[in-house]
Order: sequence, then C-alpha cells, then structure tokens
Amino acid sequence: MGTIVIFIQKAIGQGMCILFGADGEILTEKSGNLNLGVPGMMYMGGIAGLAAAFLYERAVGAPSAFVGFLLSFLAAVLAGALGGLIYSVLTTSLRANQNVSGLALTTFGVGLGNFFGGSLSSLSGGVGQISVATTASAYRTKLPLLSDVPLLGPILFNYGILTYFAIALSIVMAWYLNRTRQGLCLRAVGESPATADAAGINVSLYKYLATCIGGAIAGLGGLYFVMEYSGGTWTNNGFGDRGWLAIALVIFARWRPMNAVWGSILFGALYILYLYIPGLGRSSQEIFKMLPYIVTIVVLILTSLRRKKEDQPPESLGLHYFREER
Amino acid sequence: MARTKRGPHEPLIHISRRADCSLLRAMLVRLAAIVLALVVCGVVIVALTGLNPLEVYAGIIDGAVGSSRRLWVTIRDALALLLVGVAVAPAFKMRFWNVGGEGQILVGASATAAVMIYMGDKVPAGVLFPCMILASMLAGLVWGAIPALFKAGWNTNETLFTLMMNYVATQLVSFLIVFWENPPGSNSVGLINASTNAGWLPKLGGWTYGWNLVIVVALAAFMYVYMRYSKQGYEIAYVGQSVNTARYAGISVKKVIVRTMCISGALCGLAGFLLVSGAGHTISTSLSGGRGFTAIVVAWLSKLNTFTMMVVSFLLTFMAKGAIQIASQFNLNENASEIITGIILFFVLGCEFFINYKVEFRRHRREG
Amino acid sequence: MRDAYAIELRNITKRFGKVVANDGVNLSVRRGEILAVLGENGSGKTTLMNVISGIYYPDEGQIFVHGEEVTIRSPKDAFPLGIGMIHQHFKLVDVLTAAENIVLGLEGPTKLDIPAVATRISELADKYGFEIDPNKKIYEMSVSEKQTVEIMKMLYRGANILILDEPTAVLTPQETDALFAVLRNMRDAGNAVIIITHKLNEVLALSDRVSVLHKGKYVGTVETKDATVESLTEMMVGTKVTLDIDRPDPVDPQVRLVVKEITCVNKEGVTTLDHASFTAYGGEILGIAGVAGSGQKELLESIAGLTPKESGEIDFYPPDQPMQEISKLSAVEISRLGIKLSFVPEDRLGMGLVGPMDMIDNMMIRSYRKGGFFWADRRSPRTLAEHVIGTLEIDTPGVTTPVGKLSGGNVQKVLVGREIASAPTVLMVAYPVRGLDINSAYTIYALLNVQKMRGVAVMCVGEDLDVLLALCDRILVLCDGRVAGIVDARTATKEQIGLMMTHTGKGGYRDGEDETRPA
Repeated sequence: MGTIVIFIQKAIGQGMCILFGADGEILTEKSGNLNLGVPGMMYMGGIAGLAAAFLYERAVGAPSAFVGFLLSFLAAVLAGALGGLIYSVLTTSLRANQNVSGLALTTFGVGLGNFFGGSLSSLSGGVGQISVATTASAYRTKLPLLSDVPLLGPILFNYGILTYFAIALSIVMAWYLNRTRQGLCLRAVGESPATADAAGINVSLYKYLATCIGGAIAGLGGLYFVMEYSGGTWTNNGFGDRGWLAIALVIFARWRPMNAVWGSILFGALYILYLYIPGLGRSSQEIFKMLPYIVTIVVLILTSLRRKKEDQPPESLGLHYFREER
Repeated sequence: MARTKRGPHEPLIHISRRADCSLLRAMLVRLAAIVLALVVCGVVIVALTGLNPLEVYAGIIDGAVGSSRRLWVTIRDALALLLVGVAVAPAFKMRFWNVGGEGQILVGASATAAVMIYMGDKVPAGVLFPCMILASMLAGLVWGAIPALFKAGWNTNETLFTLMMNYVATQLVSFLIVFWENPPGSNSVGLINASTNAGWLPKLGGWTYGWNLVIVVALAAFMYVYMRYSKQGYEIAYVGQSVNTARYAGISVKKVIVRTMCISGALCGLAGFLLVSGAGHTISTSLSGGRGFTAIVVAWLSKLNTFTMMVVSFLLTFMAKGAIQIASQFNLNENASEIITGIILFFVLGCEFFINYKVEFRRHRREG
Repeated sequence: MRDAYAIELRNITKRFGKVVANDGVNLSVRRGEILAVLGENGSGKTTLMNVISGIYYPDEGQIFVHGEEVTIRSPKDAFPLGIGMIHQHFKLVDVLTAAENIVLGLEGPTKLDIPAVATRISELADKYGFEIDPNKKIYEMSVSEKQTVEIMKMLYRGANILILDEPTAVLTPQETDALFAVLRNMRDAGNAVIIITHKLNEVLALSDRVSVLHKGKYVGTVETKDATVESLTEMMVGTKVTLDIDRPDPVDPQVRLVVKEITCVNKEGVTTLDHASFTAYGGEILGIAGVAGSGQKELLESIAGLTPKESGEIDFYPPDQPMQEISKLSAVEISRLGIKLSFVPEDRLGMGLVGPMDMIDNMMIRSYRKGGFFWADRRSPRTLAEHVIGTLEIDTPGVTTPVGKLSGGNVQKVLVGREIASAPTVLMVAYPVRGLDINSAYTIYALLNVQKMRGVAVMCVGEDLDVLLALCDRILVLCDGRVAGIVDARTATKEQIGLMMTHTGKGGYRDGEDETRPA
C-alpha cells in the first residue's frame, strides 16, 4: 500500500514537469508552429527562476520565501516567453525554417541553462553550488490539513503549488481552446491560416502570442524541476531529456490538454516504473526507460493508421503563411 | 468605430519575394549577419562576465587551432559533423525531416563497439574493420528505415517519429553500457580493447586522424556525385520537388523514401563508427553530442551544398572547441559555446529573409 | 448618397514582381444589382476581387464604398464595410463544424455559445431556403454543402456587398439553379452582388451588367440586356473570334488505343469514371469535352498508369507490333515496356515540369532512366533541350534557366516539346492552351496537327468548345464520369455538345454504336 502511494507521488512528481512543457507546446502547435525549442525554453525558464531566487536571497539578509517565489516565477515566465519570442521573430516574421530554428533555440537555451547553472555562483564571486533553499521551500509547501487526510491526502494533496497550477492550467487551456472565440481562432490559425486570414483574424499576432505564452508555460516546467523536484539546486544536464519527452507527450495526448494531464502521469509512471519492478538488473532498468518513447511511437503510428481527422496534428504545422505569396 | 478605420492609412511595410539576388549580395548579407552576431555575443559576454570580448574571441581561436593537436581534434570533430550533415542531406533534399541522426549515430556506434568487443581479439584487422563498418552501417540503416517505412506506408509524421527513435537509441546504449561496463560498477565502458588497440583506426602516414579524413572526404565526394549525377539522385530531387511530378515520371515515391532513408541512416551509422573507432574508442550516451541535430542546421544553412557544409561544420566545431578553451582559461563554464553558437545561428537563419525577400517602406501618396 | 455606388474601384493596379495582374482597372456596382465580371483565365478577375476583400493590397488606385474612400488592408477591414467574398477554393477549416466556421473571427463575448449560433443559422437558412446542418464537420460535407456554408458565413456577417469567385464551376446544373435563385433573392433585398465567371450563358442568365477584363486591363462595362454571346466574346478576347485553326483530314486511321469499360473510384470513395469506353485512332485528334471535374483528369491519368482502376481494360496497339494490354500496368512499367505514350498534364508546373529546375533536368523527367546502371545521362537531355528551344522558338536565356521563370506559353512549349520528342504513338494533352496568349495557342495547335499528320493518336482535353470543334476530328463528351457520346466535330454544334455535357446519354451516340468512326 505504502509503495503504491509513493509510486503515484513519484509518478506525478516526474509528470508535472513534462506536463508544463507539453501544455506550452500544445498551445504553440495549435498556432501551426512546431517549436522544437521546448527543451531550450524549459532550460531557460529553470535557470532564470533559479537565478532570480539566488540573486534575491543573496542580496537580502533574511529573504522572504514569498518574494523569492514571486520573483522566480516571474523570471521563469519571462525567460520562457523570450525563447518563444526569438522563435516567433525567426519563423513568423523572418520566415526561417521552423525545425531548424527550434533546434537552434534548444542549443541556445540548453547552453544558457548549463552555463549559468555551472557558473552563476562563481560569476557573482561566491563558491560552491547554488542553493536557494528559502525560495524552494515556498514551492515545496504542501497543502495544510488536506495533506493529512488518510490515503487521499498523500495521493492528492501532497504536492507543491506548481502541481495544482499545472492541472488548473490544463483545464483552462482545454476550456479556452474548445469553448471560447479566441480558442476557435487559434485552432483555425493552426489548421488553415489562409482561412483564418480571410476571416479577419490576425494570423501573425496569434502565432506570436501562442508561441510566447507557450514558451512561458514551458519555462514553468523548468522552474518546477529546479524548485519542486530538485529543491532549489542545479545539476548540469540533470534535466535530461524531459524537454523531448514533453514533445512526445503532445503527440501522445493528440493535442488535447486534458489528455496531457493523465498522459503526463502515465509518462512519469513509465519513467520510474523500473524502480518498482522487483528483480530488475541495472541493464533491464534502462530498457524500461524506453517505454515512454515506445508508447509515443505506437500512438503516432496508430493515429496515422486510423486517419481520424480530429486526432491529426494541426494541418499547417511546420508551414509558413505568407499572404501575398503567389 | 468602423468610421475611424476608413481614413486613407496604408500598410507601412510591403514585403515581396525577391526575384533574383546576386551571389555577392547574398554573401554580404550573410557576412553582415555573422558580424552582427559576434557583436551581440560580445555585448552579452561583457554584460555577463565583464571580460574583454576580444580576449575571449582570441581565446576561442587559440583553443580551436592554437596547436597542431588542437587543430587536429577540431578537424576530427568537424569531419564527424560533416559526415552526419552529408548523411541527412539526401533526406532533406527529399523533404523528409530526418531529425533522428542522433539515434542513428548511437546505434551505429553500438554496433561498432559490439564488433570490437566480441571479435576484437579473434580476427585480424583486415576482417575486423570491414565487419565494424558493415555492422555500423546496417544498424543505422535499420534505425533510419523504420520511420521511412511508416512514412511511405501510412504517412506517419517523420519529424516526430525520428525524434522519438533518438531516445529509444539512447536507452539502448545505456542498456549496453551496463552490459559491457568496465570496470564493473563504473557505469561506463572505458576504452575498448585498451591493451590490444584492436579495432582502433590506425594512423595514416603519420596523421593520427588520417583515416577519418580519407573516409569522410571520400564519402562526401561520393554523395556529391550521387546527388547530382546519378539516377537515384534525380529521383530524390523529383520526389522532393513535387510528389506529383515524381509519380508522373513513373517513380515509386515510397521506394525512394525508404531507399534514401536507408542511405541516410547508414551514413549516420558510419559516423557512429568513426566516433568509436576513429575518435573516442569508447561508447556513452553522450557520444553523439547533439551532432544529429547540429548536422541538420549545417545541412540547412549550406542549402545541402557539400562544399558549403564543409565550411559550416568546420566553423561550428571551431566555436565549440574554442569555447572549451576559454572556459578553462577564464574559469567559465564550457557551455558558453552553445550560447554563442545559438546567437550566431539565430542571426544566420534570420538573415536569409533579407536574401529571399524585399522589404519596402511605402511612400505616402495622394492623388493631386 | 442614394446614387452612390455600393462599391467603386478607380484605377486599381496590382503587381506581383514583374507581372502586372491588374492594370488601372475601374469597376462599380450599385445596390440591388448583380454585376458579372467576365474574363478569360488569367485576366486578373480573382486578383481584383482579392483587392476588394483585403487579401491583396493594391499598388495604385482608390476604392470607394458607398461613396466614401476606404483603405482595405486586410479582410478585417473589409467586414465592417459589408464586403464578403466567397473564394473559388473554399476558405473553410476542415476539422471544424459549419457553425464554428461561420462564427470564425467574429467579435463577441469570450465564451462561444454554439447552440445560439446554430439557432441563428437555422433562421437565416429558412429565410433564404437553404439546407444546412450547423453541427456537421466540413470534411464530411459535399462541395455544394461547403458552398452553402460559405454563403451563410457572409449572410451571418450581414454582408451587403457579396463577391462570388466562379461559384458554379463545381456545381451540378440543379445546384447552379438553386444558387442563382438565392443570388436573385439577395439582389432583390438590396444587396450588391459581384459574380466572377467565364461562362457566358450564366452571365446572360443572371447578371444586370457585365464588366469585362482582358489581360489585367479593364475593357468596359455593358448592360446585360444589350449584350450577346458574340459581343461579350469579342470584348473578352479583344477582337472578334474567327477561329482559323487548321484541320487536315485524317490519313489512314489505325486503331491505337481501345478503352473498355474503365471505372475509377477516388480516395473519398466517389466514382470519378463510370464504365468509360472509346477507341482512339492514329492520325486523328480526339477531343474530350465536359464540365470541369467530369472525369477528364482521371481518364487521362488512368490511361497513363497514374490512377488505379477499379475495373476495365485498356488495349494498346503499337504500329507493326502485337497488341499490349496496359490496364494493369503502372506508369513506370508502361515506359519500361517501351510503350510510347506521352502525356501533357493539366498541372504543368506541379506535375509535368518542376519549376525551380532547369530545362535539362526537366527533360530528364522522362529520360533519366536511360544510360548505365548508376549514372544519369545528362548529355542527350541537353541536346534535346537545345533542340526544343530551337524548333519551338522558346524564349529563354538558356538551358540552365529554371523553367518556372519562363512565361506560361514557353513553359507549355517546353512540356509539349519534351513529350513529342519521344515520337509517341499516343499523345494525351490536357487543357493545352489554358492561360496562353493567342499566338502561343496557335503554335500549340500547329504542333498537335503535326503529330496528327505523323500518324499519332492525339487526345485533347479542352474547355473551350469553339476550339475543340475547330481543331478535333471527333469529340468525346464526358458527363459525370460517363461517356455521354462521341460526335463528329465537323458536323456537331456547340449546343449539341453543351446538352450532352449536362444530360447524360442524350443528343449523342452510345459508344457501342459509334457512328463517327473514321472510314
């Protein structure tokens, strides 16, 4: 019983970081932008949040967890949005290739994260590793009272605020995409920009906004990893391949935020499943870690076999739109 | 509300496709982009570290080509990158986004390592090397062919498929590392055949990396000819330009997709062979070091031209090697190179717009 | 204000690079009036309408709506002015429902109330006599249903200046009649309606006034009641058409191709060819007529081995060789057997040629397989390219210029030149003179006649009945995927063919009793 509860907790812990990335990418892809820079934006968000908290805690004698929280949150959002902005300028305004621009953004973002993660402390004249325990404690604060409820408490209420934020965000996104006028416009932009344009929708504006907000959301994924998962520390490349896993989750969820929620928990579970299967050697553990990717490939194949219109990627994904082209 | 919109305002900027852009102009635009990128990088360096950017750039040059050994390492790594670029280029020519170079390199490297480990002390070098090369190419081929088969059969999105295959390959390597680890418990393979050097590419006429040079240059030349002058090269070009034309010409589009991805995968696999046998003599999950992705950028920026790819892959490797040097010299983190590379890429990608399009500001005109 | 035009264009010029699509065009429409904009393909009709609806921004000129000068930078500016356009290629999002497409881009409360929208749509549909299911996805709809959604989109927005770009091209006669009834209702309700077309009978049946464009220039406007087919044609083509196409008599016609009962079904499950049968003879030109989308494309492509067939047989009779059955063969197998079948497809730069490639590479599309195992032969295509440039007088800087940069007529010459270079036994051409100027068109007619006199069986799909009647020996009429009949082009009339195009099986001969068989 206890093992199962811990397993679920760990799976959710692994999943939320991916969920932020996937939510951000869903919003971006709904506008027709295939942004392979998600790993980069997640790194940017993570390091910006960490750096903001670090500089604040160092500057103030007795740092307040709340202020640290606000500053790091804001920094992560801005950094992620900056990544989205770079991508948008390149692909939407300057019409550079989406795949190549995304990969360049990942190079840049990962480099930025590892550079500052490794040298922030020495750059500011300190020694040793960065640690922002005070701010991280704000992120790790669990819901009082509710988390003490037997069984339900540990499973449902044992997480920091970003976990609930991620799920709330997915719900809001699902509502926004399916039930609002703007959501309809955004979907139209991703499916058929020429149609959206003829209907009087500002295609470029939607692409810019969706990509920048998507970047900001992805940035929160990095923040989650740094603060809630790692407790306010940085390990170079410790973030691993979670950014790519987020892109996998987008496919797995078939571009639906609510699918991404349970998908992220499933991915998290698959990611750590090897720890809970008795009798696994170290080598077979590695095989188990393939599971999220294999499952994604299977989903990708199945959706292409079924050809159901609603399950396909947005029709203009990866393509440019240029009105006067002829 | 609507009334205010009726004033004779006009869109300020008018963008149209440029009919022709002279080579000189195109080169000048690109040069300007790189200079601008270096200026921005300089500003970033000063802002972040307070270091003199010129010193930093001097450090980069020193680190990349400052000594004979450094120069050769730079050349070796540029060659590996070039080979991957040459490998992904045919797929791109066909408009097939092979983002799976990383995985194809890793499986190729794994196959090479397997042959080295299991056959290294049993067969002479004359048999061993052909086996290693064949195994690496076969492994890469399989890895490349799987997404291609699904693309050809069911139009499964190849960008996402090949991307996912990378991480399956990464985990496969992790698995193999535990399997082959040496010494036990180290979670690394160590130098393979460290005592016998079996399966290590030997020196060629005094050049440590001579074989790397010969293999990559020969393959690049062959692929240049293949793409430009062979029947199959034409098939790839027709499929990439217009699937309808290819059908009209009686080309089996599916066959071309699968065949080209087999070639692309096999060459990536061969890059894996070079990285194991001709460089590191070991295998790890970070062996490929993002070359599968960087090569996409190389191929794209070079417009799939083999000679331009040589220049671009050398420049990118130059930056990376130089940055490792400045990292130790200025007590920084070596990842600075990725930031600089990223900024340069942003500018170079963006500048293509000014080569392909004309931007005009409208003059205000009124009828008299 | 009362007498002001609903919309008036003055001196509109729009350029795309060096191409002048509209050159100082004037146009005006009153309220309660249907204006037909008439012109050949490529005369700049669609560009002009795109300028009004904000898709393109004009380089010069002024637009007045209800007497006031306006600036229309994007469709967003056009809507408040009451301008709505129905594009030839529908602007609908496939995965959304009719209702979602109709409200797309409209201002309103954040939350979208689809049931309320659906109710309003049903009200409008009842008012104008439409059938529409607001909750049906676009990708499940037929072409005419999609058009209904487009029209509803405009009505829902309260548009009072409606532009329709070739709305009848994809409709059946019944659907066309229904559409015209709706358009007349709209006119009578005080709206201004602009309809783009090149079908003269529709212009005469529907419009109040006609404006004619020719090669991007404004020719003039006439009252429909004063116009005749002849006078409009004259305005459209510049000078009165006296088609003087040479038609030599067939010499020694031999059976070259026998098509028996072929049926094709496309990916959507629609039957595009329905038991089509005919025989093509060497030394004659067989014209193929029909309303757009009646199976012309499928007919040629299935013979060329590019479209799979459900059933039927195609027999090929090469000169001095035994008959070969080619219905089961793909294009590559057909060419491998040495069967000389040439095909000039409708989509020149999307199928027959590759725009960004030079002439040599384009010549190689047909010949790249020749030569050794590995190397593609590049020398003979170069010779061929130079030969084609010389004999067909192609205006190009050289063999290494991308063919996409050539003018339409020269592009077609490159394509036809390549296809006749292989000395075919059967030559199939689809819309060979579409978009070409008169001189280029006559060059192409002459080329086809040369092939005919060489004993080639020429099959020519065309849209201009006058041309088909003047050029061909026999004309096969398609209607809805069926062969409505085959007529002798020397005796048949336009009216007779027009009737066969719209009413299957009437006015012609069933193929079994083909009486037009050459002697």
